[in-house]
Amino acid sequence: MSYLTHAGRAEAFVLDHERTSWHDETLWFVRQKRDKAVYAVPEFQELRELASQIKNHTLSRLDFYLEQFEAAAQANGVQVHWAADAAEHNDTVLRIIRQRGASRVVKSKSMLTEECHLNPHLIAHGIEVIDTDLGERIIQMRDEPPSHIVLPAIHLKKEDVGDTFHQHLGTEKGLTDPQQLAEAARQHLRAKFLAGEVALTGVNFAIAETGSVVVCTNEGNADLGVSLAPVHVASMGIEKLIPRLSDLGVFTRLLARSATGQPVTTYTAHYTKPVAGRELHIIIVDNGRTQQLGRPDFRASLKCIRCGACMNTCPVYRRSGGHSYDFTVPGPIGSILSPNIDLKKHSTLPFASTLCGSCTDVCPVKIDIHTQLYKWRQIVAEANHLPTAKKLGLKFMGRLLASPAAFKISGSLGRKALRLLPHGLTHHHAANAWAIARELPEPPKQSFREWYQQQASPTA
Amino acid sequence: MKVALFVPCYVDQFYPQVGIATIQLLEKLGVKAAYPPAQTCCGQPLANSGCEREALPIYRHFVETFKDYDYTVVPSGSCVYHVQKHFDKLEQTPEVQRVRATTIDLIDFITQVLEIKELPGAYPHKVGLHLSCHGQRGLHQANESEMTPVRDGQLRRLLGGLDGIELTELDRNDECCGFGGTFCVSEAAISGRMGHDRVHDHLRNGTQVLTGGDMSCLMHLQGIVRRQQLPMRVLHAAEILNGVTP
Repeated sequence: MSYLTHAGRAEAFVLDHERTSWHDETLWFVRQKRDKAVYAVPEFQELRELASQIKNHTLSRLDFYLEQFEAAAQANGVQVHWAADAAEHNDTVLRIIRQRGASRVVKSKSMLTEECHLNPHLIAHGIEVIDTDLGERIIQMRDEPPSHIVLPAIHLKKEDVGDTFHQHLGTEKGLTDPQQLAEAARQHLRAKFLAGEVALTGVNFAIAETGSVVVCTNEGNADLGVSLAPVHVASMGIEKLIPRLSDLGVFTRLLARSATGQPVTTYTAHYTKPVAGRELHIIIVDNGRTQQLGRPDFRASLKCIRCGACMNTCPVYRRSGGHSYDFTVPGPIGSILSPNIDLKKHSTLPFASTLCGSCTDVCPVKIDIHTQLYKWRQIVAEANHLPTAKKLGLKFMGRLLASPAAFKISGSLGRKALRLLPHGLTHHHAANAWAIARELPEPPKQSFREWYQQQASPTA
Repeated sequence: MKVALFVPCYVDQFYPQVGIATIQLLEKLGVKAAYPPAQTCCGQPLANSGCEREALPIYRHFVETFKDYDYTVVPSGSCVYHVQKHFDKLEQTPEVQRVRATTIDLIDFITQVLEIKELPGAYPHKVGLHLSCHGQRGLHQANESEMTPVRDGQLRRLLGGLDGIELTELDRNDECCGFGGTFCVSEAAISGRMGHDRVHDHLRNGTQVLTGGDMSCLMHLQGIVRRQQLPMRVLHAAEILNGVTP
């Protein structure tokens, strides 16, 4: 198996049986917390429907709402920038930092800046970038990408964090107490916060009528960074818009419950106007989103509010780990977003699913994720990105299954072969992936068809 | 009422007893189902692999084979789901629409068309019910843990009505088993691990007989049970409802 495919990377992850169990159970625990929070809200399904409709509506008039947002934000004294792609976004951020003559940046969690690979860009230009979300800071020290959009270091155990902090923060070797580790991170980050000259944040929701952006965190790190630094740069994808302030409550009620089972995130900060003498910049980024908006079958993927519930529920994700997706946003939602960015590179992701549909059922904005996975599969096959052996086999199967006579004969031959060939051959792992973990069914002497015909004419 | 039986390709070849139990069970309930011999497959294995276009001749053949029946009963929610949901790729002639609307899972046929809510019989065993995703989430045959803590469903009720039966309470009531069609070989490592976890949830909670409405998931789980030589019998629900003892 190759590291170029999801299956190959997943196989490497699942090799460690105990660690896979731990990863699966940790995320299942989050899914259960989500369930409890959801069951406690009788109107939860109505909220999902409402959120879905608000997002559908907004996406259907996105040009209008973007301009409304821009005008309102500018009237508030915000500097609004537009970026067509990652490069333009990164250049804009760098330009703002340089205009202030700054070199120290504190950054709260933003999947968009991960997507744009902002950190390497800034670091290459001599800027110090410190991720202030605890999980993000841990993986930043380890030079790893996040493995989950809400819980970026969920692939790491406390022992791993202890080793990392020992190496980077000089904590005692072998320290695994979460409270002591968190305190070490707190002390380390406090100094960085105080030194921060520019604060970067993501955006959870952008409100068109008021021109304000809303940032949700549990650690308060976005608020601390923004409050201390004289410049705040908020980066948002074009799909973050909602029309009115009164729509926000629908989403804040859904977001934290779906993400972690909390009724609401600990901090929900609204940024509308820059503080006197300070700057507030908002960068509105496309980076492939209008292309996705132009695909009717996949447009709904832009409704995503990045809660991560589809990851926590996905039986594949829980057992393959976020890095197996090799994309900024892993899991089911990532598997329908990534082919839009690079179909060939991510061609195996739509197949990294059993199409069980649990992702669709937990999604707080009702994205038909598993249906979109199915539809991407068709596009991957049409674009000839299926492995050759698979494609040929499927073509052969197609002809066979359209012909009753061929179907009948091949079935009976196959069964006979299975009965007569030695177990070592029929269950050879290299030739038969089924047999790695499973026995083949025992082939019966008679198919159902043969039995039925015998019943109909017993003398024949 | 003119009823046809569709036997999924792998059931025809590997599990004839499931087709037999289905036809016998229907007969006990007063329905004589015919087995049109021209039938092959619903096309799902191809379509789920991205070859929907190559599956279209199979879809057409399916419609042609079953167009003259009032109902096409299938002991597999997955095939039914595929016909109902994905035959939208065909031109929607009256025949296609009719076949999509009348292709029905065995359990739904019993409980909704025949309106039978309880079946006679005793089954004094500890039975673990595997909920297949396409039946549960696709055809809404059972409650979903994503929506409600209440574990309920048509098959659960039918089985629960048998005398002496004890249904296993699983740690995870409706997690996917990892079969997933061609997923079981293209993602063999994850598929095997998911199946392992599902089987061990049953084992841990005392399942003696593992059952469900879809033989494809059960074929995968049985493969693991047999490989690990676990003390668990695997039967399709039609076999249990038809009176097969473990």
